[in-house]
Amino acid sequence: MADEKIAVYFCHCGSNIGGKVDVEKVTAWAAEQPNVVVSREYKYMCSDPGQDLIKDDIQKLGVNRVVVAACSPTMHEPTFRKAAADAGLNPFLLQMANVREHCSWVTEDKDEATEKAKRILSAQIHRLPFNQPLDPIEVPVNPAVMVVGGGIAGIEAALKLSATGKKVFLVERNPSIGGHMAMFDKTFPTLDCAACILTPKMSAAGKDPNITMLAYSEVEEVDGYVGNFKVKVRKKARYVNTDTCTGCAACQDACVVRKVPSEFDQGLGKRTAIYIPFPQAVPLRATIDPTNCLTLKGKKCKQPCTTACGPQAIDFDQQDEVLDLEVGAIIMATGFELWDPTPETRYSYGKFDNVITSLEFERISNASGPTGGHITLKNGEAPKSVAILHCVGSRDENFQEHCSRVCCMYSLKFSHLIKEHLPETEVYECYIDMRTYGKGYEEFYKRLMDEGVHMVRGRAGEVSNVALSPEEEGHLIVKVEDTLLGIVRRIPVDMVILSSGLAPAHDAKEVSQIFGFGCSANGFYLERHPKLEPVSTVTDGIFIAGCCQYPKDIPDTVAQAGAAAACALALVDNPTVKVEPTISYIDPEKCAGCHICVSVCPHAAIQYNEEKGVAEVITAACKGCGVCVAACGSNVPQQAGYLDEQIFAEIEGAMAL
Amino acid sequence: MSDQFEPRLIGFLCRWCSYNGADLAGTSRMKYPPNMVPIKTNCSGRIDPVHVLKAFQEGADGVLIAGCHPGDCHYINGNYRTAGRYPLMEKMLEQMGLEHGRVRLEWVSAAEGEKFQRVVTEFTAEIRALGPLGWGKQFHDESADLAVDEAAKEAVPA
Repeated sequence: MADEKIAVYFCHCGSNIGGKVDVEKVTAWAAEQPNVVVSREYKYMCSDPGQDLIKDDIQKLGVNRVVVAACSPTMHEPTFRKAAADAGLNPFLLQMANVREHCSWVTEDKDEATEKAKRILSAQIHRLPFNQPLDPIEVPVNPAVMVVGGGIAGIEAALKLSATGKKVFLVERNPSIGGHMAMFDKTFPTLDCAACILTPKMSAAGKDPNITMLAYSEVEEVDGYVGNFKVKVRKKARYVNTDTCTGCAACQDACVVRKVPSEFDQGLGKRTAIYIPFPQAVPLRATIDPTNCLTLKGKKCKQPCTTACGPQAIDFDQQDEVLDLEVGAIIMATGFELWDPTPETRYSYGKFDNVITSLEFERISNASGPTGGHITLKNGEAPKSVAILHCVGSRDENFQEHCSRVCCMYSLKFSHLIKEHLPETEVYECYIDMRTYGKGYEEFYKRLMDEGVHMVRGRAGEVSNVALSPEEEGHLIVKVEDTLLGIVRRIPVDMVILSSGLAPAHDAKEVSQIFGFGCSANGFYLERHPKLEPVSTVTDGIFIAGCCQYPKDIPDTVAQAGAAAACALALVDNPTVKVEPTISYIDPEKCAGCHICVSVCPHAAIQYNEEKGVAEVITAACKGCGVCVAACGSNVPQQAGYLDEQIFAEIEGAMAL
Repeated sequence: MSDQFEPRLIGFLCRWCSYNGADLAGTSRMKYPPNMVPIKTNCSGRIDPVHVLKAFQEGADGVLIAGCHPGDCHYINGNYRTAGRYPLMEKMLEQMGLEHGRVRLEWVSAAEGEKFQRVVTEFTAEIRALGPLGWGKQFHDESADLAVDEAAKEAVPA
């Protein structure tokens, strides 16, 4: 290691680092450190002239080890490693010293920040002599893609990928694709009929020869790595042969169990035990719900469905099927759940019949919904007055801190629909702030004000039925502070719509664990970088789209689905992908064959070779956690890029001053 | 800097959760004491007790190990290995005469910048209260080495 020539580059990052760390001082100090032949500072190392500094020194000064003291390696390590590689230096001979996220941005005092920057830099200077050139491992890529979730995001991503000729598995846990959008009546601000714009896409996805539709199915296990995922999908038994079922719904008409609350109608309508969730379902196939079907519950039933079914598609003995699928990339589009307003007891949801959620109103106002599109109270009468309460379970530290982004606009849409159906009905919108940020949204808000909707600025405090005056008798009373008038108002209405926020799916956490990426503090899937990689996850090859990442409207969802499809395509359109070579290896000369590493490996990547009596790493299966290295009593497994010597040297460097 | 004792700390952070949690604390401009230098490994399960010993040998006053929350490990269950080893290591360090509290294991997710800030702030204060450890000085003091050599010579008859 006599001929190590280390170059140090210290980035000011404008004033992000330079404003806190005395860059000149640290750079001068670094020049005196062992093996350092050149130490430079620059305003923006990631710029082309910054990268050229590195390239020039490698080529002209014969620099063979590089430290860039700048931002987090998550941000620009690939940038600088590529620059090094372009200049002929193995990229793994370059280390980043994170002096921005871990130092200048988190340290109050300038002197302290300068000293900490030195320690962070010193750790990397000490480490570098032990770095070895590594070659990325090139693995083949399976060109198929799995899309998990069949709402508008999943459908859009699947169609885009299919258009490029890729094979797509579209997995949806419900009997039909369509997601929440299929339940909506109109979409804001254009008032397009949701079904009219969604169902053509649903049916296109259903007919697409490149798309394998796996509805009523759930992902159980994911193994493998970028380009080579192995996914176990459970295709739940529908008790109906989907090859012969024609979707004629004769079974549905014959079924004697007729009062099951319809999930699609938010429990406002009823369905049968054998059912097609809605007329435009894709795939248009019947499903038997085993918790309500008399036969499947072991009770007596004459099975009129079997009699009614022409093609004899009903099969009470059908079992779940577990499919083993292999794909190169995965797009998560698992959507959201409407926040259940029951815990917000002040609004009396579940207590009064005519306090309903926004999704319930979507179904009521929908022509194919339980009331045939007539906006009515529970007793069938038309409401004479309606209050729409914004920010229920959103922007509320007691429940969800985040803004759900779509509620202001869908609430305005509701006002419009009510005014359209019932021009005489008074509508009150109780809002905190009117957030109409999208294209055409502010204009829609203005238009609604002209339609005679009452805008009340203030978060509603209570919904009760306690009348304090004759005109309040028999009404729901919304108590709200009108912050523009500076008075507390009591508004008697017939119907209250709670504009509930969007919540992460109840099992978002568990699902993210199956796929191996994390969730944000608010429970939505965590993107790799909030600005530059909003559709990637920390797991290479797994992308996210739609409301599973954060609440968003339909245009943003569709745009993000396209972006996720493009990212997946950029991966699977290549025959191979390079994966990080920071994996473990075992020296057979030293291995005693004790099996400890075999037992701790999370990915079954270490096998015991009976013949040789030693453990062996399966290169393609090792993901580089290094657990085996720490577990071995004799330090035989070593992890490239994270050798013990490298970690020791980093510690020595960090503690050297 | 004031005259109070400023501990020097090492923090082993797993790359997927805790390192990113520390990054988030940075991007959110959350301030915490500058005493800890982070060292990145792919998984907290890569941390060998000898790394912790090495840090103390080099003069660290405290060592933090931070990994993904149970169930969140990028490598399925690497952090369970960490959790399994940790009590054994604590016991071993205790037998070597180390005060309780100089090593700390924490789960910090990539979304928990605030937790990272809190953990480092608390840990720094706790180690400051414990005072300097001084193992590094012992190891690097040549006269101490000589004393060991002498003792060894006496123990083994020539």
